[in-house]
Amino acid sequence: MSDTTPTVTSRAPLPEPTALARTLRVLSGNRTGVIGFVLVALIVGSAVLAPWIAPYDPVAIMVGPRMAPPSAEHWLGTDNIGRDIFSRVIAGGRIAMLVAMASLASALSVGLALGLIAGLGPRWLDNVLLLLFDALRSFPVIVFGLAVVTIIGPSLFTVVLVVAITSVPIYARIVRTQTMALKNAEFILAERAMGVGMPRLLAIHVLPNVLGPLLILASMDVPLVIATEAGLSFLGMGVRPPTPSWGVILNDGYNFIRNSPWPVIGGSIPIILVTLGFTFMGEALRDIFDPKLRKAR
Amino acid sequence: MVPTALNAAASDVSGAASDTLVSIEGLSVDFDTGRGTVHALRDIDLEVPRGKVLGLVGESGCGKSTLAYSLIGLLAENARVAGGAIRMGDQDLTRLGPAAWRDLRGRRIAMIFQDPMTALNPVTTIGQQMLDIQYRDKTGRAAKRARAIEFLEQVQIPDAPAKLDVYPHQLSGGMRQRVCIAMALLTQPDLLIADEPTTALDATLEMQIVSLLRDLQRKFGCSVLFVSHHLGTVAELCDEVAVMYAGEVVEYGGARAIFHTPRHPYTQALFDCDPARIKEATRNLPTIPGTLPDLRQPPPGCAYRARCPHGWARCEREHPPLYAGAAEGQQIRCHLADPEEGAA
Amino acid sequence: MLFYTAQRLVLSVVIVMVAVSILKLMLHVVPGDPAVLVLGPRATPELIERTREAMGLDRPLLVQLVTFFGNIFRGDLGHDVFTGRAVSRIVLEQLPYTLILITVAIMWSAALGIVLGAYSALRRNTWFDTLSGIVSVGTISIPAFVMALYSVLVFAVWLRWLPAIGAGEGFVNSITHLILPAFAIGVSWVGYVARMVRASMLEIMGQPHVRMARAFGLSERRITRSHILKIAVLPAVTLIGTGVAHLFSAAVFVEVIFARPGIGALIVQAVNERNYPIVLGAVLVTTGIIVLATLISDLVIALLDPRQREEL
Repeated sequence: MSDTTPTVTSRAPLPEPTALARTLRVLSGNRTGVIGFVLVALIVGSAVLAPWIAPYDPVAIMVGPRMAPPSAEHWLGTDNIGRDIFSRVIAGGRIAMLVAMASLASALSVGLALGLIAGLGPRWLDNVLLLLFDALRSFPVIVFGLAVVTIIGPSLFTVVLVVAITSVPIYARIVRTQTMALKNAEFILAERAMGVGMPRLLAIHVLPNVLGPLLILASMDVPLVIATEAGLSFLGMGVRPPTPSWGVILNDGYNFIRNSPWPVIGGSIPIILVTLGFTFMGEALRDIFDPKLRKAR
Repeated sequence: MVPTALNAAASDVSGAASDTLVSIEGLSVDFDTGRGTVHALRDIDLEVPRGKVLGLVGESGCGKSTLAYSLIGLLAENARVAGGAIRMGDQDLTRLGPAAWRDLRGRRIAMIFQDPMTALNPVTTIGQQMLDIQYRDKTGRAAKRARAIEFLEQVQIPDAPAKLDVYPHQLSGGMRQRVCIAMALLTQPDLLIADEPTTALDATLEMQIVSLLRDLQRKFGCSVLFVSHHLGTVAELCDEVAVMYAGEVVEYGGARAIFHTPRHPYTQALFDCDPARIKEATRNLPTIPGTLPDLRQPPPGCAYRARCPHGWARCEREHPPLYAGAAEGQQIRCHLADPEEGAA
Repeated sequence: MLFYTAQRLVLSVVIVMVAVSILKLMLHVVPGDPAVLVLGPRATPELIERTREAMGLDRPLLVQLVTFFGNIFRGDLGHDVFTGRAVSRIVLEQLPYTLILITVAIMWSAALGIVLGAYSALRRNTWFDTLSGIVSVGTISIPAFVMALYSVLVFAVWLRWLPAIGAGEGFVNSITHLILPAFAIGVSWVGYVARMVRASMLEIMGQPHVRMARAFGLSERRITRSHILKIAVLPAVTLIGTGVAHLFSAAVFVEVIFARPGIGALIVQAVNERNYPIVLGAVLVTTGIIVLATLISDLVIALLDPRQREEL
């Protein structure tokens, strides 16, 4: 038997991987995660730097020929009134990111507040809020968006409002569940018995538990938000032309689809890349920080 | 390898070769994990006697379940047999392909699992599951149903015919384990592997299930490999006992010998820690200090060395073989049992 | 079970009522005369007056809501601002087009998704699994309206294989007109369903009852069918049930892009015309269908999973 075991005399215990090493390994074994981070960095970067990296003024007409295919001067070609599609795509990223940040930030904060109220408040209030959440979730986002547009008209603000309202229930429900679970946890009861105030308990126990999963979910929701913005703008019910939203570019492209495919191709590529990027990034974040969430979705 | 003591012990019972159903020869199993290769079983020699109950005892992680699963070819995907053989009849089970394994399972070998709550298909009725496992029989549906009812009655399930239409979640844990036993026996196996079948049950149920197993084993005459960390159930049920530690058999013998004259310090420590055997009231239950060695690099000497109160230099240096003990067939993997050591 | 269903049905009706009330109330929360808001810049004094009357805006809010729901329960969804036709008639005319479209879309995509997901799980870490993983992620990351644009581009403009405009007439013609739209809506669902089924298959494949089935020598085929797949499709059913809302959203774009009739096209047209009663009526009907679909998927789950049945 002794010949089957390694003849090590000084037997140092084998090293166990540290948290950092684990993170790096998840990332290195997770090529899609790296792709996600790179894509997100690329898109956010180009959105922030748009005015400096766009080769042409995105709304200037006739900077080139009409409906030209890609060339050295116009990487993604030009549209029906001779605007540079590449510049418009870069500028459109700014709109998309703006909408995503504004709507998700407001949805997160309102969702957090409503979730806490539902979780801690009296039973009837909880039921009322749940009913409200269910009602809001039963709207198809686009159909609800169109209805809101009839009331307040199409604009960037409308898009943000629609996305925020339809996202609130998802976040609020998560916060509510977590709050409820903690409210009745024994250590919370003990701390309450010792006279620790509820706001303090919330700040110490609920927020840290809830914020991570919420941010991960929010990052995975970015593609949905951007698709909604692009979709409403495509229908002419979101960002108004000539502002270069990806949806507006696609709408221009759709109207001239029999003449040139390039506006459609140019307008759709960033939407696909954004979706891939944020989905991969969200999944990687989830794997690193919260394996439990794997099942929640 | 250390053949001398082993061969001596084996030759004692060599006249009764046909009494052996399965013979495990030098079996080693490795697990490939992300943190290295774990040598979970190392050089196991063991025989499952025909028509008797062999107990497999040891603490969690000692490899007893791994051994049980390798006897039915259901090791985890990252496991591989690194050496040795499992002989049953003229077959070496370690060399079987999937089709050959399938042919054995549910016909010559059956198994009862640890957790009855999850062992049955949750979306299929008990009856359907009991019919499904009779797929080899050419009899009709009615005959198979009758046979299912017969075996549910064998395991003393009240109102058996009605239970066929019930889903697993509608039964209690004890009832579900009875169903599992009925299913295993229904296939009339030569070898029944029971992997901690009572661990998930409470104490009263545990004894009921154990005595049920004892009665049915006598009735059907199959061999049973009974895996448990509970010494009481092993004493109740088993004819022979193998004590495992860190992937090795450290002591083997008749149940009587093991329970009356345990020789290996680990076996003795196990008995000292068994709450049922503690005679004086005490606030602190005794435990065996220390933990299992890291099986990614098993120690070159005795695996139990780090926790053994008797160890000396030889244990550090030299891996102990199985020495023959005083009682017939008893074998101990400890230098204390070396006759020369006693003489010195 | 029956009690549960009735209870859920009542709750569904309440949810739809709340949802529609939200839209109705929004009109009054926004500053300005609702009639003017609804009619937009094209409002003439005469039209405003007629709209006010038609919407009952001169009465108190609560009375308006009660009358509104009273009318709904009598099947009266209001009237077209311009033509005076009953909204219920208009919506019901368009509804079948959308229902057929999304049903066909979800059926082909769910079937393909289940097969793809199941085979990926069974052949984990093979080239097939990798390929189907890439395909799944790829299809998920293309929104339905982008897919619709590409379908038009590739199959109607470049290849000229299939028609891209309208719903067609006659049986065969209608079917050829259905192919591209149903394809565009379904594509991303292939990915969703495949990923969901693969994940739940892998989870269930590791469960003890599968090992037990194997210990009895059951064939892998049988184990896959009745011990793994039977349980693994349950989350996919829920996914589809809750996904009907997304299907309607997708239908809006697809109907506009392919110039098909349907609820989505109707809503877009009504929004453009500022025909609020039609918008409200169409939203009410779609929301009702969505809530109903969720209920049905829950009941289907209960039928397939005895554990759920018990809890009802």
